[in-house]
Amino acid sequence: MSGQTVGTRGLVFNEPLIFEQGSPGRVGYSLPASDVPEKKAERLIPKKLLRDDIPGFPEVSEVDVVRHFTRMSQWNYGIDLGFYPLGSCTMKYNPRLNEDMARLPGFARAHPYQPEAVSQGALQLLWELEQYLAEICGMDRVSLQPSAGAHGELTGIMLIRAYHTSKGNPRKKILIPDSAHGTNPASSAVCGYQVIPVKSGSRGVVEPQAVAEVMDDEVAGIMLTNPNTLGIFEDHIVEIAKIVHGKGGQVYCDGANLNAFVGIARPGDMGIDVIQLNVHKTFSTPHGGGGPGAGPVAMKRHLAPFSPVPTVEKKGNQFALNYGLPKSIGKVRSFYGSFGVLLRAYTYIRTLGPTGLRRAAEVAVINANYILTQLKGAYHLPYDRYCKHECVFDDALQIPDNVKTLDIAKRLMDYGFHPPTIYFPLIVHGALMIEPTETESKETLDQFIAAMQAIAKEAKENGDLVRNAPHNPRVSRMDETRAARQPNLRWKPKPSGS
Amino acid sequence: MRYIPNTDADCRRMLDAIGVKSVENLFADIPAAVRLKRPLRIPPALSEADLVKHLRALAARNADADRYSSFLGAGCYNHFSPAIIGHLISRGEFLTAYTPYQPEISQGTLQAMYEYQTLICQLTGMEVSNASMYEGASATAEGILMAHRVTGRDEVVVLRSVHPEYRQVTRTYAQQINLTFHEVGFTPAGTADLKAIKAALTDRAACLVVQNPNFFGVVEDLAELGEAAHAVGALLVVAVPEPVSLGLLKPPGECGADIVTGEGQALGVPMSFGGPYLGFFATQEKFIRQMPGRLVGATEDREGRTGYVLTLATREQHIRREKATSNICTSEALIALIATIYMETLGKNGLREVALQNLRKAAYAKERLAKVRGCGLRFSGPTFNEFVVQVKRKPGDVLKGLLRKQIIGGLDLGQFYPELKDSLLVCVTEQNSRQEIDALAKTMGGGR
Repeated sequence: MSGQTVGTRGLVFNEPLIFEQGSPGRVGYSLPASDVPEKKAERLIPKKLLRDDIPGFPEVSEVDVVRHFTRMSQWNYGIDLGFYPLGSCTMKYNPRLNEDMARLPGFARAHPYQPEAVSQGALQLLWELEQYLAEICGMDRVSLQPSAGAHGELTGIMLIRAYHTSKGNPRKKILIPDSAHGTNPASSAVCGYQVIPVKSGSRGVVEPQAVAEVMDDEVAGIMLTNPNTLGIFEDHIVEIAKIVHGKGGQVYCDGANLNAFVGIARPGDMGIDVIQLNVHKTFSTPHGGGGPGAGPVAMKRHLAPFSPVPTVEKKGNQFALNYGLPKSIGKVRSFYGSFGVLLRAYTYIRTLGPTGLRRAAEVAVINANYILTQLKGAYHLPYDRYCKHECVFDDALQIPDNVKTLDIAKRLMDYGFHPPTIYFPLIVHGALMIEPTETESKETLDQFIAAMQAIAKEAKENGDLVRNAPHNPRVSRMDETRAARQPNLRWKPKPSGS
Repeated sequence: MRYIPNTDADCRRMLDAIGVKSVENLFADIPAAVRLKRPLRIPPALSEADLVKHLRALAARNADADRYSSFLGAGCYNHFSPAIIGHLISRGEFLTAYTPYQPEISQGTLQAMYEYQTLICQLTGMEVSNASMYEGASATAEGILMAHRVTGRDEVVVLRSVHPEYRQVTRTYAQQINLTFHEVGFTPAGTADLKAIKAALTDRAACLVVQNPNFFGVVEDLAELGEAAHAVGALLVVAVPEPVSLGLLKPPGECGADIVTGEGQALGVPMSFGGPYLGFFATQEKFIRQMPGRLVGATEDREGRTGYVLTLATREQHIRREKATSNICTSEALIALIATIYMETLGKNGLREVALQNLRKAAYAKERLAKVRGCGLRFSGPTFNEFVVQVKRKPGDVLKGLLRKQIIGGLDLGQFYPELKDSLLVCVTEQNSRQEIDALAKTMGGGR
C-alpha cells in the first residue's frame, strides 16, 4: 500500500478479561466511613434472603480498570478516528459541546420525580425541543418518550392501532416495501399486525399502482422509509398517501433518513401522519457502540390524543407534565424519555439553526452524489440515478474475480476506513451502502474513493490480498459460525485443579 | 459552520464533478408542491459561548442532588459514581462507534459487552444475559412477551407492588397482542400476598411478575413465589429496578427466577432526569433462542486468537424481520459500559459495602422517622434502601415544607395508589449523610 493511505499499524496491547486479573482484597473504590450504627445485615433482613458473596466478581485497582478500558478502546474504530460511511446509520461528527452540556449537574443530577417547580429548566428544554422537531417535520405534536428509532416505530404503530381501534376496528395488516429496515416488519409484528410486502419498482421507488393493488379496509397503514434505503426519494409519496388515506389507512414514515432533507421539505406536508426521528443519526448524538439513542415520534393532530403520557405543556411561563390523556396508549418506557440524549439533540439544533440544518442536508447529499459519480465504473451501480444522502453499489463487477462485498468491506479497514453497510438493502444482491454525511471534507472523500478504486484494482490483480483481509487490525476475520453453534456468552471460572 | 468542513468552493468543485449546475438539481425529485419555500421557524444559530450560557441558565432552574438533599428513589437512585467512568466512556473509540457489526475493528466494545453479560449473570445468578435493553420498564415488558412465546399462554399475573410505571409500560406492550392482565395486591407487611397470588395463577398464566425489592422497598421471599408460579407451569419474571441491592440480597437465579429484568441506572449511571438508562435482561440457557436483544459471544479468528462477535442474530429483526424475538436495534451500549466500569471498579467488596451502607442508612432513617410525631412506618416487612412513611398531614404539604429547606423528601404515593394517599416513599442511599437524615426527621417533625 502507498504511504498516502490513512490506515497503518501502531502499538496495540493485548488485554485479558477483567475476570482473569486482580487479586483478593484489591480495591478500586473509595467510600466514606459509615456514620450510622453498623448493624449486621441479618439483623435487618432474614438471613435466608441474603447472599454471602458474588462469585466471580472482580477485585482490581483503579489503575487496572483505567488501563483495561483504555487498551480495549484502542481495538475500536470510531468517528473520532476516521471516515465511517455506514449506510443508513448517519455516522456524523458528534460535537463535544453536547457532551459537556449533558454533564451539567442541573441536568445530570436531576431526578425525574423531583417537583415540577424545581424542574423548570429541564421541562422548558423538552417543550422547546418538541416545538423544533414539530416544525422540522411539519407535524403537530411530538412524543419525546421512545428510546431509539425502533422504539419510535413501535410507538408510531401503536398510535395507528389505537386510532383505528377508537374507530371500531384495529385492522389487521401493515404494508411494508421490500426495501424497508428490518425493524419495520418487526415493529409491526410486536403490535400484532400481519406484514404485507410491497415490491419496489424498477426505478427503485414504490409505485402507486403496487400500493393500490394491496390496499383495502383491513390495512391499518403503510410504513415507508423516505428517502428509502437505496438513498432514493420516494417521489410518489403524495399519491401513495392519497391511496392509503382513501381506504382509511395511515401513513407511517420511518424517519431514519430525515437527515437528507431537513429544511428542504417536510414529511407532514407530504401526507405523512406519523414519523420517528433518530436523533442519534440526524441530530448528531453519539452512537456509543450501540446506544443510547432517542426516537421521538412526530404526529398529526388526529393522532395526538393517543400519545404516550406524560406530555409537556406550557401554561403561562410555567412548564408542566400532563398525564390527562384518557385515550393515551399508556407509556412505552419509564419517566419521560432519554433526556440526556434529547438534550444533546437540542444543543445541536441550537448550534446549527435553520440555515445550518438545511446546509447540513445539502452537503450530505452533495457528498453522497460525489462518491456515487466518482466510484461509478469501478463498482456497479444497480440504480443509476442521483441519490440523496447515501448511495448503493454492489459487487457485480468483482464477482467474476471471486471477490465479494464482504471482502471489499474487510479490505477497506486496512486502508483506515470503516466499511459501508453491507448486504443491505436486501433487494440489492451484495449491496455496499455508503453514507458519507456532511461532516466529511472533500479530501477525506477523495481518500476513500482512492481506496475503493485501489481495492477494485486489487480484486482483479491480487484477489487473495482482498479475500484474506483485513491485515492491519489486531484480529483477523472471526469464526462466526462457531460463535453461533457453540454459544459462549459469558466467562466462567476454569474448573479447579486444571 | 464548524461541523461542516466543505466550503462553498469545495461544494462547487464537487457539483462540477457530479455534473450538475446547482445543489437544487439533486433535490429535483422532491415534488415542488411539497418543498418548503421558507426557512424553518426555529431560533437562529447560537455561538458556542452563547449556547453554553443559555444551557447553564436552564440547568440552574433545576434542583440537583448536589445542591439539595434528595430522598427520592422509586426507580432512579442517587448513588456515587467514580470519576474514572466519565473519562473512560468519553474516549472517542467507545463514544463515537456504531453497533459492532464489523468485529475486527470493534473488539473493544465487544469484549466490554462480553464482560457486561458475565457481570449481570454473576449479579443476578442467571445463566445468560443480553448486551442491553432500553431501560427497566420496557425490558420487563419484553420479559412478559418472552414468557408468552415460551409458554404459549395469554395471561399475565402482576403484583401491584411492581413499579407503577413498569406495570403501565408492560400493559401498553401486552395489550397490542391482547394479553390479559391480572393484578394482585399486597399484604399489610407490604409483601407479596401468596394466597391471592395462588388464586390468580391458573394454567393459562404465562408468568408471574414480581419486583424485588418491591416498589415499597420491601424485600420479598422469591423462592415461594417461584414455587407458586412453577406449580401451574408459569415462569417467574423478577424485575430489579435497584440492582445495588444484589450486593446483599440472594440473587433471583437462586430463587427460581426464569427471567430477570431490571434497571441498570443504579450502577453508576447519572439520574439525568429519567434517561438514558439501561435495561438488563437475563434468563436461563434453555431460553437463549427466545431472548430479545443483542448477544455477544466468544470465538476465534483465523489465527486462533480469542475474539468476540455479535451472535445468534437469527433471533433478530435485521435477519428475521417480522418473525424476530423483538424489534429492538439500537439499545444502550454506552450505558452498559458505564455499568460495566462501575461494577468492575467497585468489585466484589465494593458493591457489598455500598449495599450495606444503603441498608444501614435506610434503617437508621426508618428508626428516626418512626419516632417523629405525625409519622409512622406503613409496612412491617424487611426493607433495603427504601421504605414507606405514613404521615398525618397531607404528603404534598409535607414535601413542600421540606423543599423550602432544600430537602426533596420522597415520593407522594397517592398519585399511584389511592389507598396510600397518606404515604411517602423515602429512599436513603450512601450519598445521604446522617446529618441530612437528621435534618429530614427534624423538619418532618415540624422542627425549625
